[in-house]
Amino acid sequence: MNGRIIAFCCEHSAYPAADLAGRLRLHYPESLRVIRVPCAGRVDVIHILKALEKGASAVLVLGCEDGACHHITGNIRAKERVKQCNVLLKEIGVDGRRAVMFSLSPNAPHKFVRVANDIAKTMKESREAR
Amino acid sequence: MEEIKQAMALYKKILVAGCGTCVTVCWAGGEKEVGILASQLRLARSAAGNDIVTLEATVERQCENEMVAELKDKVAEVEAVLSLACGSGVQTMATMFEDKPIFPAVNTTFIGMPEKEGLWVEMCGACGDCYLDRTGGICPMVRCSKGLLNGPCGGTRKGGKCEIDPDKDCAWVLIYRRLERQGRLDLMREYYAPKNFRAVKRPGKIQAAKA
Repeated sequence: MNGRIIAFCCEHSAYPAADLAGRLRLHYPESLRVIRVPCAGRVDVIHILKALEKGASAVLVLGCEDGACHHITGNIRAKERVKQCNVLLKEIGVDGRRAVMFSLSPNAPHKFVRVANDIAKTMKESREAR
Repeated sequence: MEEIKQAMALYKKILVAGCGTCVTVCWAGGEKEVGILASQLRLARSAAGNDIVTLEATVERQCENEMVAELKDKVAEVEAVLSLACGSGVQTMATMFEDKPIFPAVNTTFIGMPEKEGLWVEMCGACGDCYLDRTGGICPMVRCSKGLLNGPCGGTRKGGKCEIDPDKDCAWVLIYRRLERQGRLDLMREYYAPKNFRAVKRPGKIQAAKA
């Protein structure tokens, strides 16, 4: 495990939020890698699984708030896919918390940072527990 | 998943083979499911410190020799094949590649149709003695919980639901309504003698007439 956290960020919400976090000089874990996607709904189960396979400690799917998806239902689809992913991971005895979905608006850099720090902390704790 | 994991425990390099037809539309064994299952296996094995190499391939139809033959080179490379096709596909593979163990990754259950997105229901029992013309195109043998040829039974619930499964429509109520719509209710008065279950000799086989 390379300990990286992969964040698939919707370009209409989480990506601007991450951008804003940078401009505000807010700190988030250096292990986080942002991948810009046109919509959280673009992220498929296989993308999440492959990220984990390649050594990511966790995968975040960050999309728009409920009812605010630029592509109408992308965030709902993303949520369902992450849920499915959790089931698949559970089947093979992998901690389901390693794939999570969050909704945030483009003007929520603090929430972006909180989510990123939280997941990094959870992963660190679970590593130490092992 | 546990069953698949155990079956694959002995192997280090396998082919995960999907089928592009029925199991694809049933979300059970198409290209996407092949990718996911292979990834799950790799993740599980690498977590156990016992890596597995997976080749992935999906052919148009795993029940046709010509299409399965496309997998020849890939099968030659691996120790075993995990097939996500229906039972027919698994057996076609197994016959074509006799020296390789072929494992089924899905449990095939019935011939059905998608009622709505994500819901499949059994429609046909492939009995070889079709009565659908007389039952308004609804098969009571398969769709009635009791498989009654002369129905309904006495247990139909209010609203036309089945006494065994209240979520299910009573097939005989559906048949009645359909025939009523077609003005063919007299068919409900017909008595059907027990079906000829010898219409198809099992295992089934059909030879097309030579031109």
